[in-house]
This record gives sequence, C-alpha cells and structure tokens, in this order.
Amino acid sequence: MRRDVDLTAVGPYADHLSDGLVQMSFTLPVPHSLAARKAALELAGKMGFSEPEVVHYEELTEGYTYFVMYGRCTQSVDFEALQGEGFDIEYMSEDEIERFAAEHLSRKVVVVGASTGSDTHSVGIDAMLNLKGYHGHHGLEGYHAFETHNLGSQVPNSVLLAKAIEVGADAILVSQTVTQQNLHVHNLTELVEMVEAEGRRGDMILACGGPRVSNELAKELGYDAGFSKGTEPHHLATFIVRELAARVASTT
Amino acid sequence: MSAQANGTHGRNGSASAQGKLGLDPGVVSACRQAAKQIADEVGEQIAGRTTVSVERSVTRLLGVDGADALEVPLPNVLVDHVHHGGGLGKGISHWLGNALLQSERTPQQIAEALSAGELDLLRIEQADEQAIRERITEECAAKLAEINRRFAERRATRERLGETATPQRYVLTATGDVYEDVVHAKAVAQAGGDIIAVIRSTAQSLLDYVPYGPTTEGYGGTFATQANFRIMREAMDEWSEQHGRYVRLSSFCSGLCMSEIAAMGAWEGFDNMVNDALYGILYRDINPVRGLIDQRISRMINGYFGVVINTGEDNYLRTADALEAAPSVTASQFINHQLAHASGVPDAQIGLGDAFEIDVPVTNSLLYEWAQAQLTRELFPDCPVKYMPPTRHMDGNLFRTHAADSLFNLVTIATGQGIQTIGVPTEGIFTPHIHDRVLGLQNVDYVFNAARDIGEEVEFKRGGIIQTHAQQVLSGARALLERIADTGLFKAIEEASFGDVSRKIDAGRGLEGIVETEPGYFNPVVGLMRDPAVADEASYA
Repeated sequence: MRRDVDLTAVGPYADHLSDGLVQMSFTLPVPHSLAARKAALELAGKMGFSEPEVVHYEELTEGYTYFVMYGRCTQSVDFEALQGEGFDIEYMSEDEIERFAAEHLSRKVVVVGASTGSDTHSVGIDAMLNLKGYHGHHGLEGYHAFETHNLGSQVPNSVLLAKAIEVGADAILVSQTVTQQNLHVHNLTELVEMVEAEGRRGDMILACGGPRVSNELAKELGYDAGFSKGTEPHHLATFIVRELAARVASTT
Repeated sequence: MSAQANGTHGRNGSASAQGKLGLDPGVVSACRQAAKQIADEVGEQIAGRTTVSVERSVTRLLGVDGADALEVPLPNVLVDHVHHGGGLGKGISHWLGNALLQSERTPQQIAEALSAGELDLLRIEQADEQAIRERITEECAAKLAEINRRFAERRATRERLGETATPQRYVLTATGDVYEDVVHAKAVAQAGGDIIAVIRSTAQSLLDYVPYGPTTEGYGGTFATQANFRIMREAMDEWSEQHGRYVRLSSFCSGLCMSEIAAMGAWEGFDNMVNDALYGILYRDINPVRGLIDQRISRMINGYFGVVINTGEDNYLRTADALEAAPSVTASQFINHQLAHASGVPDAQIGLGDAFEIDVPVTNSLLYEWAQAQLTRELFPDCPVKYMPPTRHMDGNLFRTHAADSLFNLVTIATGQGIQTIGVPTEGIFTPHIHDRVLGLQNVDYVFNAARDIGEEVEFKRGGIIQTHAQQVLSGARALLERIADTGLFKAIEEASFGDVSRKIDAGRGLEGIVETEPGYFNPVVGLMRDPAVADEASYA
C-alpha cells in the first residue's frame, strides 16, 4: 500500500518512507578498540541519531580510528514552507542568451573574473570564461554578448577590483576552488567590503562560484548570486544578462 | 652517481618496450631529435645569466641556514647584500670565497656577521681570483661530500629495509600544520603509501625566499621549510625502521625557489622531488627565462644526488581538454626529458608526468586513457613516469570519483607505471581528510592485486581504437615538436602551445631576479657537479 509523502515533515529516505536512514563516516582520534566503537555509537546518539550502527571501523594509524556508520535521523523539515523561494532558475540556451542580450542590452556585457587569494586553481574560472567552456558549453568568451577578462589564479582582491574599475565591468566573478579552513569565506567577504568601500557595489553584479559555495552562502556574504558544482557557463550567463537587464530596466 | 632510483618499473613496462602500439620508430626518433634541438636552443638562450635563487642555492649547499631578526632568511641576506652592491654578476661564490680567505669564519658565520652589520663582503680586501676559486671550491666540495655521505647512508637504509614493487604509490598530505602532516603521513604509510609529499602552502611558489623554521599555518598545504623537511624525515625514518619498509619523501622544486628547495631537500634526505621545466612559467606566471635558468640548476642538484624528479605534464590536462591536449603532453614529455638530460639527470631518475583526465561521459574513455598511458611507457621505457589521477572532471560525487579511480588504477597496473599518485574520493571538494587518503590506497591495493599481471596478458588489436589513438597522438606530438623546434620554446610558450596558457619572455614574476654574469663569474657547484654546458659558460677553469 503506497503512502503519500507528508511534505510538512520530511526526513531521509532509504527504502521506506520515514526510515530516516543516514550514512556517515568519520575518524576519531582514539586507539582502534571496542571502546572506540562505543565512543562512535555514543557520539552518533548525541548527534541525534537513533539506532546508530557501526558497519565498518578500522585503524588508520596508531591512535586514529575510522568509522562508517548508519543512524536514523529523528528530525524532519517542513518542505511545504520552503517551496516558492525560487532558487530553481530556468536557464536559457546560448542562442537564447545572445538574443536576449541583443534585445535588452545595447552593448557588450563586460565581465572580469579571477580565482582570488591564495587559491591556485583556475579550473573553475576557466570553465566559465574561456572559449572552451565546460561540458560542451562555450565559456562567456565565446558569446557575442560578453567581453571577458580572465585574470587567472592567485589574484589579490585589490587587483581584481582595480581591473574591474579600469574596464568598467558590469560583473565580477570570483572563483574559489580548493581552500582550507574556510579561507574562501574570508576572501569572498574581503572583496565585497572593498567594492563597497570604493562605492561601486551598486554598479556591478557580484557573483562567486566553487565547490563549497552555494547561492545561500553567496547572498549571506553580500553577493548577488553563488554557483556551485555542476554549474555550466550558460547558467551563469543567463543570470548575468537577466540581472543586468532588470537593473537597466529599473534605472530607465 | 649511483642512482638508487626507482628505475625498476613494472615488468610490463620493459616487456612492452618492443611495442603493443605499433609505433613508427621513424616518428619516435623525429620527436626525440626535435626535442633535443629545442632543449639545446634553450641552453643557448639562457647562457650567460644567473638568478638570485640560483645564487642562494649555492649558499644553502655551502651550509648557510637561519634567518635574521626580521625573519629574512640568511641566504637572502647574503645574496641581496651582494646584488644591491652590484656584485652578483661575479657570483655569490666569488665574494664568499674571498671572505673565507680573509678570516677564519665559515660561510654560516660570514652570513651571521654580515647580518649583524659586522661585515661588508664588497668592501673587504680582495684576494687573487685563482686563490678565491680554489678556496670556495674546496669548501663546496667538502659540503657536497658531506651530503653524499648522508645519501649513501640513506641508500643503504633503503636497501636494508626494502621498498614495495612498482608502481610506487605516491600520496599527498596537506593539512597546513607540519605536526598534523606527520599524523597523516603515518596513516598513509600504514595503508601502503610508498612516497609521501607534503603539498606546499598555495602562496609559496611566488615567494622569492624560503620561509624559515617549523610552520603550523598554511593554506592548501604546509610551507616547505628546511625545519619542516627535517620533522617529516625524522618521523618517516622512525616509521620505516619500526615497520621494516622504507617510505620515501618528496616535495616540490617549483616556484621562484625551485633550486633552493633542491638544495634543502638534499640536506634533509628527500628521495623524490616534483621538478618541472615549465610548470612555474605556465601556471604561476613566472618569467620564462627565470624559470628555465632555475630549473636547470634545480634539476642538476636533484640529478647529482640521485633524487628522482617528477615532471608536471598532467597539469596541461587540467586547463585544456584531455583528448585535444594529448599531443602537447607527449611533446612536453620529450622536451622535459631532454631538458633533464641537459641538467645531467639520468633516465632512471626522470619521472615524466602523465594523467588520467578524460571527461567521464566520453565513450571508450578507458581505451583512450590506456592508449595514452601505454604510449608514455613505450616512448620512455627507462623513465619511471609519474601517473596522476583524475581530478578535473571530478564533480563532488565522491562515489563516482572512487569508481573513476578504480579504472585509473587498472590502467596504472596494466601499463606498468613507475609511480602513481593515488586518487582520492573527495578530489575537488577540499584538501582530502585522513581517511580519504586511506580509502584511495585501499582501492589501489585491490586493483593492483586483482590485475597484477594483466599487462603481460593483454595485447591490442592491430589498427584498433587503442593503437590508432596512440599513433595519432604521437604524430600530433611530432608536428608540434617540429613547429616548436622552428620557432623556439619561448615563442611556443607565448603561443599557448601548452595547457592553453600564454606567457611572454619579458613578463612574469621573478624577472628582476635575473642577473647577467660578468667575465669573472664563478659557480663551484656547477663545476663540481660536472655539467659541461654550464661549466663552460661559467668559464670554470
């Protein structure tokens, strides 16, 4: 007998509605022992999991034990209340973006991008900006609608901002690929503060991307949008032309 | 040098030297010839110049270490002093040799006295040039003998404890804190890692000095300092003795201090070093001339002490499409190989780079990867080759990454790579956690064991997908090499021949650290390590 999902109280699903099963793995800095296993079970209980189960554990090195566990999550969320917040954007294709830009914007959209701070990885910004793009989709460089400036990796925020001002950028894109100890948050925050200090926040769209960036995090930090793993260049392009068109419309 | 390098690669490496791919020997030799011409021309173009970091490397080999009250390393204090005084065209050795003749001080004591303002190398009495050369050469020879003695002991330990058969499993750690790196390194060793490399803090490659002392804060990695090298080396030597298996250490001869890292690694007994001729130029925007001068001395030091170097062609596949860029990888392997020879590094110590980076949805991607990996083995049968895991297209789905790593491991064992950097399921998410590395190693163990002799069992269909792909890549490499031989390497770099990255000869970081040598220039290290090309140019008598 099939039950309907109660969208006001949703929990994890494994093979039965409301079973709440969660898979997790972690290491404890304790010697590999039965006591270690007990510690993991107790910890999972404190995390709020009922019926925690250790399915695998092993010693990594003396004094460090690794666990793979399951537990039943006893919490639920009201999905109904979350709907309608609109973070599902409908993306345009490359051609549609070109047509949209030609129709709504009278000039090329100037975009400056970089991987900032100590991050040496240019893979994210390259995928978005360079002609070759990502997963068969051209980067912004390949569009008539965009003029792009890709500054590469390890770019200080000050250099990125100076370039953006120099070329009259409509949008600044920041990529943070591999960072540690939440350095990306610090980097991203610093740029927003600098743009604001220069009095340019109103003139530019600020967007950031990376595996540990989300739209929610981006907005919290003062960006207009954030893009995570799986973003293709036309997703970003859609956002930029729509946002810019909206801004143009509101000022004219 | 008796290079106790891991030149013993997989059994199928040599068995297949006659070829599973049906390569045309004429094309192969045309590639080698063009690469040699390119490397020779680089030698001519960088002749008559040294760099601040090359000169600092000489002081480090002479035993200068430490930092002043402002944390400026003493090798920088020494070289900057002479450079600012306009004397570096003669080489730091000239001024140090003279100072050695004028007092009883050691090179370290000279650096300390200078730092304390008690000495000015440019103003003290000048001895006869020949006497200076003899004195500094004698000092340098004693230091090299000391390092050689340490390496001989290390080789004996390596032989006594033994190592695992190739492919050797190369594992990175990168916590930012050297003491946490030790914990990770022990876990990695316990899970079967053969070579451990501590990734450097991401900003380090652009520093024109090597930080001093143990460090506990770094981003994306841990600073390479001599003290950190020593801490890791002691920990892994202890582990090796306790567990009866020798674990190698590696670091990165890259960035503006690539030759200094080579000297520091030599003092601390590092067995392997990442050392690419072009990486810093392409990916850290280091000036091409600076980079090529530094790589030559850096590799000369590695080569002389029997250190295995790993080149970085894998990186091109991260910034360019893996299938389209395949010929540039092969072309770069030929060039890196010839440049390493020019620095005196023998084949058994040249771990050329290659990687498994074709996008996952490509149909038959495994066959193309297999073809490329086998091609590298057949072109360089006596080089260990360092094979790198998929990273570029790993999308955060760690289970898919783990599956892709299994195929990567299969190709590694099937083609008999000498060194394999293990893949880690959390690739592309963050710098991996301690158990991620262990999971990666367990995957390697499973596949290596399950398919141990597959390379000897499998032959490829004549004119099939694998043979055809390998032949096409090789012919693309030949066309690229011959074009570069015509235009020169500097022009080729400017035209974005590698990794879709363009760099200009008169731009980039570290340009100001290049120094024109004067007629009296002297560098005893070059002479003693017997690199004829450099020794001639340095007019070493």
